[in-house]
Amino acid sequence: MSTTTTRKVVIEPVTRVEGHGKVTILLDEAGQVERARLHIVEFRGFERFIQGRPFWEMPVAVQRLCGICPVSHHLAAAKAMDRIVGGENLTPTAEKMRRLMHYGQMFQSHSLHFFHLASPDLLFGFGADPELRNVIAVAGKFPELGKQGIMMRKYGQEIIRMTAGKKIHGTGAIPGGINKNLTIAERDELLVELDQMKIWARAAVKIARDYTVDNLEMALGFGSFESSHMSIVRADGAMDLYDGGLRAITADGKTIFDHVDNQRYADYIAEEVKPWSYMKFPFIKSIGPENGWYRVGPLARVNACDFIDTPEAEAVRQEFMAVTDGKPNNVTLAYHWTRMIETLHAVEKIEELLHDPDLQGDDLVVKGERRNETVGIIEAPRGTLFHHYVVDDNDQVVMANLIVSTTSNNEPMNRAVEGVAKKYLSGREITEGLLNHVEVAIRAYDPCLSCATHALGQMPLVVDLVDASGALLDTRKRG
Amino acid sequence: MGVPIPTAPRLRSGPMRVLVLGYGNPGRRDDGLGPRLAEELSHMGLPGVDVDSAYQLQAEDAAAVADHDVVVFVDADVSCPDPFEMRPVLPAGEPRFSTHSLAPETVLSMAWKYLEAKPEAYVLAIRGEDFDGFGEGLSDRAQRNLSAALGFIEKFLEERASSCEKAST
Repeated sequence: MSTTTTRKVVIEPVTRVEGHGKVTILLDEAGQVERARLHIVEFRGFERFIQGRPFWEMPVAVQRLCGICPVSHHLAAAKAMDRIVGGENLTPTAEKMRRLMHYGQMFQSHSLHFFHLASPDLLFGFGADPELRNVIAVAGKFPELGKQGIMMRKYGQEIIRMTAGKKIHGTGAIPGGINKNLTIAERDELLVELDQMKIWARAAVKIARDYTVDNLEMALGFGSFESSHMSIVRADGAMDLYDGGLRAITADGKTIFDHVDNQRYADYIAEEVKPWSYMKFPFIKSIGPENGWYRVGPLARVNACDFIDTPEAEAVRQEFMAVTDGKPNNVTLAYHWTRMIETLHAVEKIEELLHDPDLQGDDLVVKGERRNETVGIIEAPRGTLFHHYVVDDNDQVVMANLIVSTTSNNEPMNRAVEGVAKKYLSGREITEGLLNHVEVAIRAYDPCLSCATHALGQMPLVVDLVDASGALLDTRKRG
Repeated sequence: MGVPIPTAPRLRSGPMRVLVLGYGNPGRRDDGLGPRLAEELSHMGLPGVDVDSAYQLQAEDAAAVADHDVVVFVDADVSCPDPFEMRPVLPAGEPRFSTHSLAPETVLSMAWKYLEAKPEAYVLAIRGEDFDGFGEGLSDRAQRNLSAALGFIEKFLEERASSCEKAST
């Protein structure tokens, strides 16, 4: 006799990033996985918080959104405010300083994720005891990898400090430009370690590539699914992480839209609200809310671009695309490989910029015709980041709408978790193995699940198994 | 709320180097206690004391920790006794879900294991009460606790420097 009992497995990290989140795996009457949801309780309050503030504060104020990628918010807001002051055609010095800051951010963020968050999974296996599957354990077996992660992260942070003025609450980008150039001394300091960074970036691409190729059969069945992909691309179709038109492609590579003017994003992307989450669900309007979800981030960017304009990254991009005969790659675990392709691209761009004398220029700011509405879009490490503002004639922000990359990847993460849960969960127990695999699937997207508040004494992960009546069947804590 | 001043011999020669690293999000009310203490302490210009701040602890902080003899991590705390608590830190691993932030124990462990540096390390946990919503500024309680913690850390650093000088003569 069947019953109507539905059990819920709840994985609830208490830390707050774009809010705090939990995973709910819904079981059917037979105890099998019916569907999975990742709830990220995004604090939409931030968009209200900045209303009434003067527009020139935005590039600094929005950095308080996120402790992980404040530089991305800083630059997206600055790009938006450029248009408010009519200064979107930046001077070469201003644009190149911002790009250097951005590539520094990309380099350190991707390195951190790969060496310190993902590598324990890849090196020790998804099923390994979490006590042995972390960055400290990596030191025991692969001490050089962990050290590389530290030094690559430090290098990127130094670039940020030199371009943004300081590590947190940087003020480098301002409406219409930048407030400092790069001194010769700063440039030379960064050049000292550049070659080492390139060597490590190349080696990291190889680790990620070898892992994916050697485990391709497993990866194909690990939370993978077909999806659309979206990013900005340069006018000639090249990958451009700082500026470009919006491009979206289908799972097999057909164009959905291309070179969309950033100011018109709302004609192509809409956001849906669902009752079980505070987070909005962006979708491609022409496809509709049911199937219009898409992936963003490194995998989407490598899939969507026509080429990469730095030689070493382009070579490894071609190798990556060859795995799927030039079609988009829809393997969730391939995010790691593409993340390292972008890391190599970032360090190549850093090298290009450090040898460009425009970085020592003195023409830092431009202004032009004042506007009241503006959109700034940038490719943050985790994907496309939208900042949309309306400013009144008193220079106060009266409307703000932000679409962060983790929001765009929400439905893909749901799909990834669902796929993994269907494979690894049955019965009434939250096994360590299930939890490990759910973590690995989510981690591939590098979601932003940990900023805002982190005060001592909070628990990062709680897992509950609850029956239909609300009774707790099982619980697990980690951290 | 205080701790005994350790007198262990230092491993490196030259002047003692101290790092005070305050971390937290100043845009989330009392979560900004760590950066706020760092800001106030940096204005004092204490000799031999490097002061830094961050939203959260990260891998590269291990490199900074490794460059110092004494490290004090300063953070807001949701449950320690008023007004603050100072405690030694020992290295430890820290398996985490998807978080990008590290605990002081993990940063210290990375300095030990990857960079072969073993500084003395402490956490100065300052009790806060308002961690909800966005907004700058501290609650009255956090402000009072910050003042007490500042007085303590200044004295601690002076005594630590003094004990080091005696040990080296």
